Amino acid sequence: MSEKPSVSQSKSYANQLNFSTLSNLGEVPRTMNDRRRGLKARIAWSLSYFTLLLVIAPAILIVGHVVLQALPHFQFSVLTTNTTGLGGGLKNEIAGTLVIVVGVLVIAGGLGILSGIYLSNYARSKVGNFLRSSSEVLAGIPSIVFGYVGYIALVVHFHWGFSLGAGLVTLSLMVVPYVSKTTEVALRQVPSGYSEGGEALGLSEGYILRRITLKSALPGVVTGIIVAVAIATGETAPLLYTAGYSQNLPKLAVTHSPLGYLTYAVWTFYNQPSKAAVQLSYDAAFLLILGVVLLIVISRIVVSASQKHSENR
Amino acid sequence: MSSTVVPTERHDQPDANLRHRKKGSRSYPGINIVSAIAAIIPVLALLAIIAVLLSESLPAIKLNGISFFTKFAWRPGGTYSLPIKTDGILHPVGSSFGIWPLLAGTLESSGIALLIAIPVSIGAALAVVKKLPKGLSNGVGFFLEILTGIPSVVYGLWGVMTLGPTLSRDVFPFIANHAPSVFGFNFLKGNVGHGEGLITSGIILAIMVIPIISATTRDLLRQVPTVTEEGGTAIGMTDWETTKKITLPWVSKGVVGACILGLARALGETMAVAMVSGSVLGTIPSNLYSTFTTIAATIVSQLDSALTDGTGFYVKTLAETALVLMLITLLANIAARLLVKRVASAGLPVGRGV
Repeated sequence: MSEKPSVSQSKSYANQLNFSTLSNLGEVPRTMNDRRRGLKARIAWSLSYFTLLLVIAPAILIVGHVVLQALPHFQFSVLTTNTTGLGGGLKNEIAGTLVIVVGVLVIAGGLGILSGIYLSNYARSKVGNFLRSSSEVLAGIPSIVFGYVGYIALVVHFHWGFSLGAGLVTLSLMVVPYVSKTTEVALRQVPSGYSEGGEALGLSEGYILRRITLKSALPGVVTGIIVAVAIATGETAPLLYTAGYSQNLPKLAVTHSPLGYLTYAVWTFYNQPSKAAVQLSYDAAFLLILGVVLLIVISRIVVSASQKHSENR
Repeated sequence: MSSTVVPTERHDQPDANLRHRKKGSRSYPGINIVSAIAAIIPVLALLAIIAVLLSESLPAIKLNGISFFTKFAWRPGGTYSLPIKTDGILHPVGSSFGIWPLLAGTLESSGIALLIAIPVSIGAALAVVKKLPKGLSNGVGFFLEILTGIPSVVYGLWGVMTLGPTLSRDVFPFIANHAPSVFGFNFLKGNVGHGEGLITSGIILAIMVIPIISATTRDLLRQVPTVTEEGGTAIGMTDWETTKKITLPWVSKGVVGACILGLARALGETMAVAMVSGSVLGTIPSNLYSTFTTIAATIVSQLDSALTDGTGFYVKTLAETALVLMLITLLANIAARLLVKRVASAGLPVGRGV
């Protein structure tokens, strides 16, 4: 992400010094072999540009498709009415997604930041490595496995029923590794001179952590939390069998409180025979994409703001 | 915290003074203990997941036996007749489960995804790092973030509504009609279906995996020391030769790691595949276009009907299926970590790709 200016500058010199510039100097006469190599390079780079196109095109096509399907028929009543049967609005799903996001923010955000602090400041290297690798293993487990285990353990064995609690616990455990990792990395990147300076002034450990280290690491921490929010917004598989579904506004209870969420609407309504249902599916997808774009913009603002104040500049 | 001035009469033993004051501070008492508890939670969660899956699937593992991995059948059995007991385990009459078609579907769709995603991702990363000016490469980064951020149900929606139907109408028939009738190309021929199937899933998975491989490769390429590349330029290599012979070998291990990370993501992807695979149980895809299903998609689409099995055996079989899926993705993830760690230790994107 953050490139040091000196590196990129010298890189651009290297780019200018390609074959054609050399031969233009008149020092190296071009032979057939040289021409073949030049042609090879040109073909390779054209292919590389083509693959770049293949990366960008799907993003435009997917977003474009959803926007074109959703916007022309978008009614603002979708935002203010609950789903009824296969029609109505998405108010309950929007509220549900917001509740889930806030819940994950609190649970996974808190746990992740604390565990990131422990890993960067307190853990001995062997303990730290063990914790880190098990957290990475946790991050690698497919989301449907989380959903299945959440269903068996929380919904069935703990008798929580389909509930906000079961959904939040499942989803939070899934995203804790991301917050923890980004917090740890961000804390490690704070120059040790900062906290040493604090220690030299005789400041307490907690004060140094709160006012110096965490403050400098804030952009990284925020980025991790944004990732957690993005996952909480976009995941379906861990919620289907833990949070269940309800056409009412979410109840703020831990157990026996099924709730709707936007991804559920996309997943359930797209193949229904009624046109209103398919439209609802597209509306939900549109709102999800809007949310994703918003999160990306926020994270970009955070990153660029932090670069403005960083030392490297 | 209360005062920052060290009393002068004690300056002969500042260390003791400092320690005393740190101990006396009232802000965040025991943050190390609280944070340690938080740091242990992922370990506990991991153990809990393994314990739940193992204990839940144990009867299924016992009854399904080793033939679980070789059988084709996926029959939940009759829910209307009385259940029977085999080896002390209650299950519906005629229930028989084999994971082989699911396993094959999972590996095939992920394999197709990687075949598409690897060259595309590396090519795009090269263009971004070597050719594009910085402003534009930031723009490409935005598209990569969009691709990682789009929820998988939206990928599925797009795949089943637009991509699949379009390809099966305009592209697949052409390929199927013009593929050579040589041994080895037969999987390109046959009924092209309606767009839900192996190749559509492979393409969708490829698009989902591309940002993981591409972003990691891009970040690795940026870490290659400029001096080594300038060496290539100095001995008269073209910029492509420098890239091919110096830059890419420099990052190769990390790129392989990123690819395996992408593979792990593709293997575990659930919703999008459940929407575009056609969800056909018990058969192995006969050609590139045929409907199929994967392990993850089966769990999500079958848990509902599994709950109607009064003996609970179907749910337990799904636990065994989930266990197999977890083991496969774990292997892939561990392999990826081992490879990536050697190249760069700090700040690589984790897992799910966001």
